[in-house]
Order: sequence, then structure tokens, then C-alpha cells
Amino acid sequence: MSAVPLLKVNDVSKFYGSRIGCRNVSFELWPGEVLAIVGESGSGKTTLLSCLSTRLMPSSGIVEYHMRDGQYRDLARMSEAERRFLMRTDWGFVHQNPADGLRMTVSAGANVGERLMAVGDRHYGNIRATAADWLRRVEIEEDRIDDQPRSFSGGMRQRLQIARNLVTSPRLVFMDEPTGGLDVSVQARLLDLVRGLVHDLGLSAIIVTHDLAVARLLSHRMMVMKDGLVIEQGLTDRVLDDPREPYTQLLVSSILQV
Amino acid sequence: MTDLATYNFAYLDEQTKRMIRRAILKAISIPGYQVPFASREMPMPYGWGTGGVQVTAAILGPKDVLKVIDQGADDTTNAVSIRAFFQKVANVAVTTKTRDATIIQTRHRIPEETLTAGQTLVYQVPIPEPLRFLEPRETETRKMHALEEYGLMHVKLYEDIARNGHIATTYAYPVKVEGRYVMDPSPTPKFDNPKMHMSEALQLFGAGREKRIYAVPPHTDVVSLDFEDHPFEIQHFDKPCALCGAEHVYLDEVVLDDKGGRMFVCSDTDHCEDRREHGHAGHLLAQQEAAE
Repeated sequence: MSAVPLLKVNDVSKFYGSRIGCRNVSFELWPGEVLAIVGESGSGKTTLLSCLSTRLMPSSGIVEYHMRDGQYRDLARMSEAERRFLMRTDWGFVHQNPADGLRMTVSAGANVGERLMAVGDRHYGNIRATAADWLRRVEIEEDRIDDQPRSFSGGMRQRLQIARNLVTSPRLVFMDEPTGGLDVSVQARLLDLVRGLVHDLGLSAIIVTHDLAVARLLSHRMMVMKDGLVIEQGLTDRVLDDPREPYTQLLVSSILQV
Repeated sequence: MTDLATYNFAYLDEQTKRMIRRAILKAISIPGYQVPFASREMPMPYGWGTGGVQVTAAILGPKDVLKVIDQGADDTTNAVSIRAFFQKVANVAVTTKTRDATIIQTRHRIPEETLTAGQTLVYQVPIPEPLRFLEPRETETRKMHALEEYGLMHVKLYEDIARNGHIATTYAYPVKVEGRYVMDPSPTPKFDNPKMHMSEALQLFGAGREKRIYAVPPHTDVVSLDFEDHPFEIQHFDKPCALCGAEHVYLDEVVLDDKGGRMFVCSDTDHCEDRREHGHAGHLLAQQEAAE
């Protein structure tokens, strides 16, 4: 881990008119660190994620990103061209619903290759070889490379979406409920895969989830949100084993035990 | 009534022509960029060349000589009716000879004969947006043009190769104009793409339904997109034209009977006739003459 944070979030708030999306959120994300944001529906998790990933502009506060050239840049002050370039090279965004993050009408290979072509790769053979390699890494059979994601199962689609995001070796990946809508065994396999990739590639990730098990498995650190505020944050094991806030205690105790 | 015509010259009113000319000037200034314009209702249905007709009407002068082709032919319905239209509303001279024309309105083809300085080629364009079928949101495609995000265009070519083993796009083949804008050269066969590159003639594109005008000024770089290991190539034909024996031209397949008989002839009728007048004969024409 290097000595400077990758992302510095300072006092970020987002208001929808008079309603509060999220309020006064500050934290730092370090290289190689996985941060989980948990909380119930409507607690502002996704709003916060959108503000961090420039999909929404925060009403106030500053989000700074440590660029590859070593400079910190205020995301809100970057031009749209720079932001979009950042999003398709140095960042990844994994949607809850794979159909939002994939092109459903083009083949799996082209889905993975799109980012490469967007940054100027013009050699078909190389693009295809890279795509095949990534399909293998996310455990999709190589002979499915020319199939459209429409013919894929939910779990495969989600894995394809992850491959599509990681092909340009991003440093930061945002995930919005990456295991939502998947059944338990597929979830477990996906989590295992993500954990391996994050570890191997030294990725930083911010994962929004309402599933504490996902947070436990993947994240180093977690933030608990309620009504737009971060009410508790700390190391994942500490928060889950020894929750301090009454709401966190409630959340932890409401996990169904089989 | 002295000089005042009963109808306005070339159908459109002067304010409309002014508006279209401004759009054309802007299009020429930014090669390949799609300029929105307030497309008018024309006395023909969309898809029959309303965009091309408006561009032609806006640039047509009394001394111009007009040629209209449809699929390369001067004598097809669309070409004949548009030519008659401008004879009626502008009383301009018309021709079928490529080299005599100052303005050529076209659908689907660029004439085989090399166009020269002073000539203007007007294309009728059905869908001006090259990214349309890849990204349906117009707000998004405009942004992609503005930010020069053209990775998606190569996704389409990638898909072609993945499915067919080669780039199977044969018409409306995307080009990059002057190293900046990716442009759809309207439904011309990719055979004609190289003719657009560094052409001496001015090329104007009008899309009536989509309300867009774009242009390629003379001496402009027009490069067809491709992959390093799958370079762009034009169609090749095994046989020469059955009537005039021309090689390296674009051919149409014509079915002759219900027993599988067929011939391949020049799609550019003027070019074919011109060659036959100069004594060239393809194998079918030679057979016919031998029979007589």
C-alpha cells in the first residue's frame, strides 16, 4: 500500500430538493482497500456511490481522486471528457442489473473488447485474445465468446460485466449490489471470484450492499448508513462483531440464522 | 411581369434556402459534423430524397446543369421524377453525362467517372447517424461525437469479424473525416468509399427526415475505419460488365430468366453507355451482335 489515499471524500452532501440523499460524508479510500457501504433501502448508499463515481454531482463537498500522474483532481472540476475517459479506463462500475452495464446485443467478446477499442486498440487478433483471456479469468467458457449476453445466465452476465470493467486494469471499481438478484450458490461463486480478482490485481473497490455477508467476505472496512448519514465506520470485523450504534446492532442481529 | 417568376426559383422560398445554405456553410466548415436544420415538407414522401432535394434546391442556380442518379442509374423512377421536378420548378438544364453536370444528386452511388473541381455531389441520406444502431440515444451519440468517443464504431466491426470472419459491412461503411468526425457516407456501397477521399468535388449530404446536413469539402481526408489485421477493402467482381466489358467498376446483378440465367452490368448507366459508344463491348453484347 502506498502512502497516499486514492480517493479523498470531504463533507459530501446531496440533496434532492429538500430531501436528503446523503449528508456530510467524509472518508479516505486507500489503494488496495475494499470499502463496503451498508444500510437499508433508502439510506443513501446508492446516492453516495453515484456522487463518488461522478454519475451525480454532489450538492456540496469535494471528491478528489489521485490520478496516475500523481496529482489529486477534484472530480467536479474535471471536464466531462476527462471524467468519461477516467470512467472507462481507470475506473469500473459494476451495476446491480448486468443489462445496465453490458451491451446485450453484441457478443461477449465485443463487450469485453469495447473498452480496449475505446482507448485506441485497433488489432482484432489482440483484442480477441485479451477478451478470451478475461472470459477465462471470470470462469466463462471460451467458446461462449461469440454469444450474446442475452443467452447467458444471471451469474454469467454478472461475471461478464466484471470482466468488461477490469480489462483496462482500472485502479478503482464501484459496485452497486453486485450480487443482488443472484441465488446463494451463484453469489458465493461470484464473491469468491471478486475476492480473488481484487487481491490479485490490487484493486480498490467501493461496494454498496445491503447484504452484510457480502460486506464480511469482501471488504476490509465498512460504513453503515442510515437516513443519509454515516453512523458508524470501521474495520469490517470490528463493526460486525462489536457494533456500537443501536442501529448497527439491530442490523447485525437481524441476519437470519439458518 | 418581367423577371418575376410565377413560382419561386427552385421550389423553396428564399428564407428557407438561406437557412439551408447557412447549414451547408457550417457543415463545410466542420467536415463530417451533422448540422441540424429545419427540414421542410417536400412534395414527396420521406425516403425518396427529401433531404437531397432540399440541398439541391438551395444550391441550384439558373446556369447549373443537373444530373440525378438512383442506384447509379439515370432512368429509374426516383431519378426521373426528381430530374423532372427541377426542370419544372427551376427550368435548369439537365443531363445524364457525369462530366457535363455541375450538380449531381445521388442515391446509393458515386459515379464511376472521377469528379472534378467545380462539381457538387448531393447525397440523399436516410440515416445520418453512424452510431444509431449501436447507441439508440441521440443525446448520447451527440456527446460521443463531441468527445470523439468512437470505440463503439469498432465494436460493430469487431462483431462483423466475429460472426463472419471478415468485415461484412458492405454499405454505409463508417469513415473518419479529416481525422475527427466519424461519418456515415449514406447507403453507398463501400466500393465508393475510396472515391470520397481527397475528392476534388464538393460533397453534401442531406437527411430530410432526420433534419441533418453534413459535408465533405474538396481535398478532405476520408478514411474508412478498420482493424490493423483486417484492413478495409472494397468489393471485387469476378467478371467484367456483361454489356461494356468494364472492369474495376461496381456491378449490379440482373436476373435474365427463370433458369438461373443472370448477368452483371455496370450500376452506373452513364458510364456503361459512354463505354459502349466508344466501341467497348462485353460478352453478352458481343453475343447479341453475332446473332444479328
